[in-house]
Amino acid sequence: MTGKGVMVYSEDKELELQLLRKGREFADKLNGPLSTVSLSREPIDADELIRYGADRVFLYKDPGFDLDIETYRAALLMAVKRASPEVILIGSTRRGRELAPRIASALGTGCMTECIELEIDERGDLLARRLVYGGSAVALERSRNRPHVATVPPRVFRRAEPSERTGEVMELGIEKPKPRTIVVERREKSRGGEALENARIIVAAGRGFRRREDLKLLEELARVLGAEIGCTRPLAADNGWLNEWIGISGHKVKPQLYIACGISGTVQHLAGIRDSQVIVSINKDESANIFQASDYGLVGDLYTILPLLTGTLRRIKGEPI
Amino acid sequence: MNRVIVLLKDAVDLSELKVDPSTRKPLLEGAKRRIGELDKRALEEALRIKEREGGEVCTLTVGDEGSRTPLLEALAMGADKAYIVNIGTGVWVDTLTTSILLEAAVRRLTPFDLILCGEMSLDSLSSQMGPRLAELLDLPQITYVKQLAIEGGRLKAVRDLEDADEVVQADLPAVVSVSREINEPRIPSLMSIMKARSKPIITFDIASLDVSPEIVSGEQSIEIISVEAPQVERKRIIVKGETIEESVEKLVHHLVTEGVLEVR
Repeated sequence: MTGKGVMVYSEDKELELQLLRKGREFADKLNGPLSTVSLSREPIDADELIRYGADRVFLYKDPGFDLDIETYRAALLMAVKRASPEVILIGSTRRGRELAPRIASALGTGCMTECIELEIDERGDLLARRLVYGGSAVALERSRNRPHVATVPPRVFRRAEPSERTGEVMELGIEKPKPRTIVVERREKSRGGEALENARIIVAAGRGFRRREDLKLLEELARVLGAEIGCTRPLAADNGWLNEWIGISGHKVKPQLYIACGISGTVQHLAGIRDSQVIVSINKDESANIFQASDYGLVGDLYTILPLLTGTLRRIKGEPI
Repeated sequence: MNRVIVLLKDAVDLSELKVDPSTRKPLLEGAKRRIGELDKRALEEALRIKEREGGEVCTLTVGDEGSRTPLLEALAMGADKAYIVNIGTGVWVDTLTTSILLEAAVRRLTPFDLILCGEMSLDSLSSQMGPRLAELLDLPQITYVKQLAIEGGRLKAVRDLEDADEVVQADLPAVVSVSREINEPRIPSLMSIMKARSKPIITFDIASLDVSPEIVSGEQSIEIISVEAPQVERKRIIVKGETIEESVEKLVHHLVTEGVLEVR
């Protein structure tokens, strides 16, 4: 191993394993080592990271204090200094998205965020595709400076098959940087997102729903379809009717069937459902943008249509209507 | 409260962006520009802080002389002054360069207590400026903020992370990036739109800032090779029967044919 190699990092373990797969590919191409950084309050199995492709694990064992952005930054920069990688891939969680540009600025280099495709060209430049213009377009970008810094959302890459391999574990220690921000309270949220991202069928609500109680119409449809329930950003973020939303700033879903009910179809929402196999929309406004992005559209009042649709599906299933 | 600086991007107005149907490329030349939705919320929050704590609200933009038009909206909303780092018309710089230019301009606007920005711009979707400025200016960084207060001279913010809401405190000055939930931006009155025209818009030339001009004229660390709006291959069938019941029947028939229903 002669080159300078690749470093991957995410505080989300599953995402770190996914990054290791792409990292392995790049490390082999650059003929350098693949390093990963482990920094977590939870116990870390460094050998597992090696089985998934890492040559070197920089391990921060039980830091014994809460992790804030300053600590993540200091830890990652120390590992970068040891390994001097040519490519740094960071998992695009919210914590990862606030970390990556800081690391890039500290290293005086560029940063490409939310990359959905990555490759290294013959010059060793990093090429990425990423969504732009609210998710309505895809940009192809080139990173020229070294190291390249990029963030990658969950599930862009699948994790590799683990194999028995050898690697090196280097334990590092950091002093806690002077805290700049203090967390005085943490209010845990339930995470429904994973179910949405893995769902085969999703029924989703938009602002066509007038009251929270009316979501019952959607719940009944979901039950007969075996579907997950999703919604647009205003219903979750403004009304608090559901915890999670679908869209460019929320979850990107790829079900075989997506039924949009009372959803107008902003570019931000459409960016979250673009990978759906079949999109159905129900909206009383025949000029709603969602119809342009749908396979099947039904113009009409969801308050009339949803009970009919649920009833029809129940009949097909042989359930009592 | 001293000065609050709000970072505003002179961005493409997404609601009016058109795509060339033959090349599938967005028609960026001559596209209308305006301040982004999230940036407006950062400005709204700054105005609310000023109403409670006093001080002044300055906006800061990397752009050109043409940025004056979109910035009028910020002044009409209530900003006291608008500053433009003028990089020249048609010049594109990447996030690294933008952050260095903003840092240099912010240093000219010292003393300040707070820098506010949107968590991302909806055109480039990068979400880099808050973190980059916190790094360059060595200030506390608070991202994804959906509630913000100043209590006893310190910031108290609620941050929206995937798994939890975090309530955090930090000393001033600090860099705060806001999410969409933080507020509903005000719509300026006709009177304030008229008054905005007499408010100062101040331009910094690159030469007047403590940066090397080559960071703008030279090769950028990131290059945009192409931008395309992928063709959405959708059938766009409007299902229509004699009655609404018949329409629903037809829809279900389509879905059965597609093989996407799991009812048998």
